[in-house]
Amino acid sequence: MINEEIRRAIEKAIGGEQVMLFMKGVPQQPACGFSARVCAILGALGVEFGAVDILPDPRIRQELSALSGWPTIPQLFVRGELVGGCDIVTEMFESGELAAMLGVEQPAGVGAPRQAQEPTPLQIDGS
Amino acid sequence: MLSCSHVPSTEEIKERIERALPGSSVIVTDLTGGGDHLRAEVVSDRFAGLSRIEQHKLVYGVFGDEIGGRIHALSLKTSTPSEVR
Repeated sequence: MINEEIRRAIEKAIGGEQVMLFMKGVPQQPACGFSARVCAILGALGVEFGAVDILPDPRIRQELSALSGWPTIPQLFVRGELVGGCDIVTEMFESGELAAMLGVEQPAGVGAPRQAQEPTPLQIDGS
Repeated sequence: MLSCSHVPSTEEIKERIERALPGSSVIVTDLTGGGDHLRAEVVSDRFAGLSRIEQHKLVYGVFGDEIGGRIHALSLKTSTPSEVR
């Protein structure tokens, strides 16, 4: 696949799902603590979401970041718009903004001190 | 894939953000002790009027392609001086 095709596939993925997550690994087995946390948040909100694993081809990440202007993974899109990465998603989850944006109920007991919720990386990728 | 051999120090990250955003105050912590998952808390009046996405892009912009490369992961918390008490 040439880069332009990858870019078109990404655009299609973003536009085709109400909630779309670009992540390392898959929701059942995230390959990075930050991706794992965003999956867990969406799970806690009971939201169905599409997911794209960016690891199989480095060009996916290159084209995605060129498109979104956002350098890191994960990237969460809602209704075609970039919401943010793990930090912003976490802040918006704790404040209730994310539940409101997604039109779901805020789970009880969310809003614990942030320091207690730093991600624990599951796996360090790279060589 | 990505090389993690030359990880940046917390001091380097702090200095570069403070240089790029004059007047900002930056606290950088190493979340894992391995230098590969850093967190920066940045307070700057440059963030006033910007969305969170725009605030984070401003800080990521300091490092360009190093994010995801030499800087494996940089977690951000941004705020303006008036939001900090």
